[in-house]
Amino acid sequence: MHDKTLTQLANALGSGELSSRELTEHYLQRIQHSGATLNSFITVTADQALAQADAADQARANGNAGWLAGLPLALKDIFCTQGVKTSCGSRMLDNFTAPYDATVVEKLKAAGTVSLGKTNMDEFAMGSSNENSYYGPVNNPWDLSAVPGGSSGGSAAAVAAGLTPAALGTDTGGSIRQPAAFCGITGLKPTYGRVSRYGMIAYASSLDQAGPMARSAEDCAHLLNVMAGHDVRDSTSVARGVPDYAETLNASLSGLKIGLPQEYFGEGLDPDVEKAVREAVRVYESLGATVRDVSLPHTHYAIPAYYVIAPAEASSNLSRFDGVRFGHRCDNPSDLIDLYKRSRAEGFGDEVQRRILIGTHTLSEGFFDAYYTKAQKVRRLIRQDFLDAFEDVDVLMGPASPTPAFDLGAKKDPVSMYLQDIYTIAVNLAGIPGISVPAGFVGRRPVGLQILGTHFAEAQLLNVAHQFQQTTDWHLQRPDFAEESA
Amino acid sequence: MALEDSHVRRAAHLARIAVSDDQASSFVEDLSRILDMVDQLQGVNTDGVAPLAHPLDATQRLRADEVTETNQRDTFQRCAPAVENGLYLVPRVVE
Amino acid sequence: MQWETVIGLEVHVQLATHSKIFSGASTAFGAEPNSQACAVDLGLPGVLPVLNEQAVAMAVQFGLAVHADIPEVSVFDRKNYFYPDLPKGYQTSQMYHPIVGPGEVEIALDDDTTKRIRIHHAHLEEDAGKSLHEDFHGMTGIDLNRAGTPLLEIVSEPDMRSAKEAAAYLKAIHSIVTYLGISDGNMAEGSMRCDVNVSVRPKGQEAFGTRAEIKNVNSFRFVERAIAFEVERQIELIEDGGKVVQETRLFDPERDETRSMRTKEEANDYRYFPCPDLLPVVLDQAYLDHLRSQLPELPAEKRERFQQALGLSAYDASVLSASREMAEYFEAVHRACGDAKQAANWVQGELSGALNRENLSITNSPVTASQLGELVQRVLDDTINGKAAKQVFQALWHGEGASADAIIEAKGLKQVTDTGAIEAMIDQVIADSPAQVAQYRDAEPEKRGKMIGYFVGQVMKASRGTANPQQVNGLLKEKLDALL
Repeated sequence: MHDKTLTQLANALGSGELSSRELTEHYLQRIQHSGATLNSFITVTADQALAQADAADQARANGNAGWLAGLPLALKDIFCTQGVKTSCGSRMLDNFTAPYDATVVEKLKAAGTVSLGKTNMDEFAMGSSNENSYYGPVNNPWDLSAVPGGSSGGSAAAVAAGLTPAALGTDTGGSIRQPAAFCGITGLKPTYGRVSRYGMIAYASSLDQAGPMARSAEDCAHLLNVMAGHDVRDSTSVARGVPDYAETLNASLSGLKIGLPQEYFGEGLDPDVEKAVREAVRVYESLGATVRDVSLPHTHYAIPAYYVIAPAEASSNLSRFDGVRFGHRCDNPSDLIDLYKRSRAEGFGDEVQRRILIGTHTLSEGFFDAYYTKAQKVRRLIRQDFLDAFEDVDVLMGPASPTPAFDLGAKKDPVSMYLQDIYTIAVNLAGIPGISVPAGFVGRRPVGLQILGTHFAEAQLLNVAHQFQQTTDWHLQRPDFAEESA
Repeated sequence: MALEDSHVRRAAHLARIAVSDDQASSFVEDLSRILDMVDQLQGVNTDGVAPLAHPLDATQRLRADEVTETNQRDTFQRCAPAVENGLYLVPRVVE
Repeated sequence: MQWETVIGLEVHVQLATHSKIFSGASTAFGAEPNSQACAVDLGLPGVLPVLNEQAVAMAVQFGLAVHADIPEVSVFDRKNYFYPDLPKGYQTSQMYHPIVGPGEVEIALDDDTTKRIRIHHAHLEEDAGKSLHEDFHGMTGIDLNRAGTPLLEIVSEPDMRSAKEAAAYLKAIHSIVTYLGISDGNMAEGSMRCDVNVSVRPKGQEAFGTRAEIKNVNSFRFVERAIAFEVERQIELIEDGGKVVQETRLFDPERDETRSMRTKEEANDYRYFPCPDLLPVVLDQAYLDHLRSQLPELPAEKRERFQQALGLSAYDASVLSASREMAEYFEAVHRACGDAKQAANWVQGELSGALNRENLSITNSPVTASQLGELVQRVLDDTINGKAAKQVFQALWHGEGASADAIIEAKGLKQVTDTGAIEAMIDQVIADSPAQVAQYRDAEPEKRGKMIGYFVGQVMKASRGTANPQQVNGLLKEKLDALL
């Protein structure tokens, strides 16, 4: 059952071959069995899930169930869920039960989906390995000694291990695409503004974007159909029609112009990852696409620009966690300053504190122009690189990450961890969409092919990814782990 | 731009995060490395380039001036560390 | 040494929107603590702001009223600092690209001249909540109902040179915002608050002295008193060889002094940067034209029209245009009676006197503008004389009748202008006053004019005040002189 894609499960529910309750019970059982091994969930909402499953079955019996009705999903613990603990992977919110639903959660509920629970993540989405969670690291189901990537590591691991057919992630600098690549699943980061950010706990507001993580591009298309759209509660969400992303999945790729950014194939790229990516590109050529080299000259400035802009926004976004209205409060504060300082020092982990301090420093008097204004100018140049490239090609392709999943504990130095995001981070600065699809292995560890499109080109990315998955079976491979716990 | 201990302490104070002396020195080390990496930005020629705050060139949409929210104080205060008579409590603030 | 005072004001005006600047919570004053603080106002994790169109329109209306540049693009920034009444740890404000650019306001001075005060800019921002310090076991209570209420902060250039000018400026801003209806201007409830920047310099010196900022002065009177104290303090300090330090001070109305706020907090660093949750606000020309076409007549224009078109004195024009309510009342009286000077006299005389005595505002006047207008009309058309008019006013004030005419009728105050009736009363008075008649006859001719007053009084008394005094005067003179 758990080997099936969302699309296959939807068909099984539709034909009456399977009930949502059976499906939900099956996944809940798998989560329970694998819980300690993977640590991919922070909260499992079994009762709620079964109630939602029954409601979906009832709706189906009454003849008013939508395509997604009754399908189980997992939510990254960054999305506010009414009445359910929403921790953002932080001690700060360990005691926080959200009093409202995020807009995407609301939409998925309205579509009749079943929420299995909340997945583990790097604290406040700051990290590339899921090792920064207050709830402990997540293991990669393909190789338990490897990280699942981050920050949506719990979502990626849970999908890969068959604990849920799909999950929601968020991506600020690669947090959907990199764990999708490390765990051998498909993950889409939509265009900035395509999906509402309301109720998604903010890390860096001008970069954050929610997206689907699933077994296939087709599954992602169905999820995006529900997630996307304008939200009156989010000023940065875009008022623009949402196409049916499933409808164009089978468009022909004949004549598709693919660009390979030369900067994405340079120093630091693992030769085996490069081999897998180039092999994938050859598959596209066989499907009628043409390939040329392009240049994104400011690529190497993306990480420096990101580590000014994201921490600056984060330092301000995380000021609301002050121990006054919600969240962790230290014991016996001697005065107000003590309350603030100890609550925040105790509530936030090291990486979050580092980024808050970096952001506070770079925004402060005397440094603002040299760091923040400069980074915003470079951000414009980085966006322009992409816009220029999309004048000549339809999509860009390259690796999602320079290496496959690395070992737990391998990257102790923050900067070497940051450099992991070299191929994903510029995409967020530019606001364009990107998708990672499984494209092979290095040993037991999966490799992700990253496909980028211009603003609002999600339909095209899903089409391009789907056609690859019609020709290859990398996305159908399952880790031994999943077989064992079946 | 070299980062000094005083910078870290000032940032920690502005950000209201308690740091011990040990932590301060390890922050100085980590943050210095991060800022060294960030300093590559200084090598980019940005003459005549306008800063970009949002990835899309969109403009602010306005909301009608209508009261749409109802009193949910009890729900919201259920996750508060300390309340009394509907007020959030903090250690005495001296003006 | 001769000193010159230099003053600039930052006026915070609460805009009279129904909902908050970034959320759909109510802005009503006086609700139960935190009952009007929604998820957005509380800064709950994940919430986002959406801008209120009415707050934007009101800010722009103010800008148009002070002839300001309205830039096409304005941007919201975050001002970062921690305080318990500031839920998000930052205030959303406008630092670099405010919604209203440079403009100017004309203020009326005591000598009936006017002066232009330049406005540097005005920007939109959100208000903070309130800290309540009464005893919660030694804790402070936080009420966030006010958090997110829209504020327009109006920043003047340092163009004022005296406490009186500063008060006049504040009054001018007050009357503009109340005329526009963008604020209730209620200073007691904090709808208008003011920070005052004061410095002194030797007369003739161009460079400004070091300024002190007096925070949160909340009445016209306190502005004058705070400045007066502060100016004296600074001059004394400098003359004693000291230096003014740039600092924030508080005005204590009880002790009539300003004092330094405790500066345990070292210089703040607000780390302003553009709010990534809000996009640039873009206003096009058509929008500005539309709002301009909706602007009401403003105080300065009204003052000018009252003088030029209605022929009022500079003083009358200024008093009657000072508030929208006063001006509307006066204009309604004028419409009803048709005589601007009489309308002005009655509004500023009898009506204002009565309102002051009972401490009422003009909006709560028991006598309506149309009632007063009818009363004035009855004086103008000689239905009643001035003395009876005062009686009618008192009766209206005390609710003894629905209209001037009804009271005139009921009390029989209609002026007697029938010559025969008046002559009969005169004849009776002359017959009843032989001694006075004899005195009159024997008096020097030039003294008789004064002596006639006695007879007028008697006739008026006999008519219970209703006889036309001019007629009485003329006829009496004729009849008495006939006896000579």
